[in-house]
Amino acid sequence: MELLGYFNYWVFAIVFAIGLYAVIAKLNLIKKLLGLAIFQSAVFLMYITMDKVEGGTAPIIQKGIEGQLYSNPLPQVLILTAIVVGVSMTAMGLAIVVRIKEAYGTIEEDEILDSDHTA
Amino acid sequence: MSLSAQLPALQIVVPLLTAPLVVLLKPRGTAWAATTAASAMAFAIALAIAAGVLSGETYNYAMGSWPAPYGIALGIDAFGSLILLLVTGASTLALLGCRRSLDADIEQQRQPLFYAAWLLALAGLSGIAASADAFNIFVFMEISSLAGYIIVAGGPDRRALPAVFKYLIMGTIGATFYLIGVGLIYMMTGTLNLADMEARLGDVTNLDPVLVAAGFITIGLALKAAIFPLHVWLPNAYTYAPHAVTAFLAACGTKVALYVLLRFDFFVFQGNLAEHDIQFSLFLLPLALLGILIASSVALFETNLKRLLAFSSVAQVGYIMLGASLVTVTGLTAGILHMFNHALAKGGLFLAVAGLALAARGLELRQLGGIARQMPWTFGAFVIAALSLIGIPGTAGFVSKWYLIQATLDHGALGIVAVLVIIAGSLLAVAYVWRIVEAASFGEAAAQPDTGAISPSREAPTVLLAITWLVALLNVYFGVRPEAPVELSRMAAEILLAHLL
Repeated sequence: MELLGYFNYWVFAIVFAIGLYAVIAKLNLIKKLLGLAIFQSAVFLMYITMDKVEGGTAPIIQKGIEGQLYSNPLPQVLILTAIVVGVSMTAMGLAIVVRIKEAYGTIEEDEILDSDHTA
Repeated sequence: MSLSAQLPALQIVVPLLTAPLVVLLKPRGTAWAATTAASAMAFAIALAIAAGVLSGETYNYAMGSWPAPYGIALGIDAFGSLILLLVTGASTLALLGCRRSLDADIEQQRQPLFYAAWLLALAGLSGIAASADAFNIFVFMEISSLAGYIIVAGGPDRRALPAVFKYLIMGTIGATFYLIGVGLIYMMTGTLNLADMEARLGDVTNLDPVLVAAGFITIGLALKAAIFPLHVWLPNAYTYAPHAVTAFLAACGTKVALYVLLRFDFFVFQGNLAEHDIQFSLFLLPLALLGILIASSVALFETNLKRLLAFSSVAQVGYIMLGASLVTVTGLTAGILHMFNHALAKGGLFLAVAGLALAARGLELRQLGGIARQMPWTFGAFVIAALSLIGIPGTAGFVSKWYLIQATLDHGALGIVAVLVIIAGSLLAVAYVWRIVEAASFGEAAAQPDTGAISPSREAPTVLLAITWLVALLNVYFGVRPEAPVELSRMAAEILLAHLL
């Protein structure tokens, strides 16, 4: 039961590791960026998991409904910011990949290194 | 509220709001002028804050007047004000001096965008130093990093692109690790305010997640700060960036991450995690020593001038961490003082490099043959800054190394080893600086175009020359009269350690 209770955190750890593995092991720059995006999504999941209050609803205050149990809204807001940061990071990375393709004619890391060493 | 109470907010707001305006300034030179003016204003604000801090004030600012643990707070103490001085000073001097150099590196129509990114980087770096909120530090870190990638990639050299890609990957991993750490602490304490976090951690019964958080935050920030062996993004990024950008970022970029690392470790963790000081030292001290030795040795064999100086920067981060990992007032004073002095030395060196690059055919050492004879003034400033980098008595670099040796000698046998490493590192610095001087002074002059015997004046532009000399002379000034930075560093060290006692 203990194990299942931490289900979301297990998923976080696995997704986190998959993303980090892709960043390190893949030579294709787009695949590296995909790995980075997966890696960041894992962290979003961690934040969203920790704000969940059992039985809590969406944190919206309405007239007439009082004494309601709410989930913690703060991590949701934080992660909204972090998602925006993540999107700009991916956009930035893709822009650099486009420029690398223009300058080198390839987006494979090893070929880029080769072409600079021979040049 | 008087104006001086608003200074912490203005420190960030001035460059942040000037940035979008600069994009609109198409006429030649206006973008540069606006950027320089905003940066100079930020520098003036930082000076005012530093003067206030030296006279015993601390700056706390509640954004939108929401009180601290609920609202977003800014807080600037001695440490923060020192970092703000470095960031805004480096930006202002690099902008003032390197206009010609930037004109050569960045095409006219892209300049407004480039300068806007510069200002965003400045705003982000200042924001990190001014913020008292863990999540805001993350956001400012990402603002400065994203803008930093743009200005590093702005140059004409295509090798900057893979370098920036690597920088982006490692920078993002670092920032995400930091974010995980902050999340874990939030989970246990329910707060993001650094001071509040410190207080509430005392009531937390299960400290395991906090220990994991300490690991994530230390590694993440070590990546950003280029602590050996997590420095691999740094040499190429510095080498292929436009020279003005290198002068700016080399002086303050890694120091800001070190600042966050020290603040987190000493404010939040040291007082709350059992034996954290020992774990902190055991982890960082060996890395600092290895970093000094290995990065200096690599610099010794490097053939590109900027890459050589970049590896020397990695070694200098080692000195700073060595001071910090002693966890004593003298050690931390030495480390923080070395941040300031190294920024002066490396800033001066890279400004001189920007001058040399305008005349030289390339920055490989063999291409610099005879440059000292063609540009005696520019190279003179380079040599003075380099002496400070080595730590010759009479320069700023000597003062911080002296403090560092004093601090390490308090630690018995381990201290002796550390002193030996410091001396070995300094000797290696003598050797790699000598290689540059030798190549520039006695090297065979690179084949001149057949325009005549000796080309007349090939010195760097007057403004750049003046700025470079100003920084070089500051190295000497703070070597002879180090009171102000020493005082700020000592105050910073005591603030950091106050939580341990």
